Amino acid sequence: MHSIWSRANTIFAFTLSVLSAVTFCCFLSTIWLPNTAPVTISASNPRLKSMVDYASDGSKSDVVMLSLNIQADVSSVFNWNVKQLFIYLVAEYSTMKNHLNQVVLWDKIILRNEKTVIIEESIPPKYYYIDDGNNLLSHKNVTLVLKWNVIPNAGYLAMAQGEGQFVVQMPDNYISGRF
Amino acid sequence: MGLFDYAIFDEIRRMNARQVIYQFLNFAMIVSSALMIWKGLMVVTGSESPIVVVLSGSMEPAFHRGDLLMLTMDRDDPIRAGDITVFKIEGRDIPIVHRVIKVHEKSGKDDSKFLTKGDHNQVDDRGLYAPGQYWLTPKDVVGRGKGFVPYVGMVTILMNDYPKLKYTVLGLLGLFVLVHRD
Repeated sequence: MHSIWSRANTIFAFTLSVLSAVTFCCFLSTIWLPNTAPVTISASNPRLKSMVDYASDGSKSDVVMLSLNIQADVSSVFNWNVKQLFIYLVAEYSTMKNHLNQVVLWDKIILRNEKTVIIEESIPPKYYYIDDGNNLLSHKNVTLVLKWNVIPNAGYLAMAQGEGQFVVQMPDNYISGRF
Repeated sequence: MGLFDYAIFDEIRRMNARQVIYQFLNFAMIVSSALMIWKGLMVVTGSESPIVVVLSGSMEPAFHRGDLLMLTMDRDDPIRAGDITVFKIEGRDIPIVHRVIKVHEKSGKDDSKFLTKGDHNQVDDRGLYAPGQYWLTPKDVVGRGKGFVPYVGMVTILMNDYPKLKYTVLGLLGLFVLVHRD
């Protein structure tokens, strides 16, 4: 242990070991914390059209436009091991063609130290709400839920769902003209 | 002074044939332990590549280039919106790490189609899929991201970008293990 090389080697190996141990402890320290929070979701004025989906295979599909309200306070989900939250609003429903459909209508990234209160009022969906086919006419059970992905500094990528949901009832007619 | 007169080679000069063989055995043990850990991880996670390095910035700010992602592959767990999937497009080797934004499942978990999008991208991944392909299916998925370690994968990226660096580092490491006594 007298040459500079063996000293440098020991320091380097020790640094690596300590770093990996600390990373592992960081991961363990927050693994069992709950990641949920209450949310308030509502939607109004759903309108339906049947349009050709040019971005996909060119077949006609139902397109929905509606007005969304999302309120949530996710500050309780943030702990020292959370780098960011990826929050997304999903429309979940079941149709004759597909027994499960999930379409993400809106998403938001909140980094640590940013504002953790979400208040969105009367916003349109961020992404087009396009169904796989024409199955949404008179659909009475489209559930909107808010979910988030907890991205840690190091460790487990957890998924959680906000407490609270909203059921949208689709109209019985298509609208003509523009949205 | 010749090359072998340096102090680091002191130990190898003091070794007899048996100890030299022991050094090689030591080296082989290290290599096979690494291989066992890798294969063991493959079995535990069920994925062909249990650890991937993030190569692009399309999932920023969650994953930056050089971060390490641990994958699991559970075929019984259906793909749902929000999952971070690692998938390969048919005909291309490079795995892509993006998030699922749309799922349409006909009857069972194997009969589903889904659409992905990188968090940092403005548009979904249809431009990345094969011509005529508008959806992904569960068989395109290599694994799902479950664990994350930052920065560690930078070593792999550097070694791939500068192959001479890879050979030098591996060569020096091998030499050091062979020469050093303990």
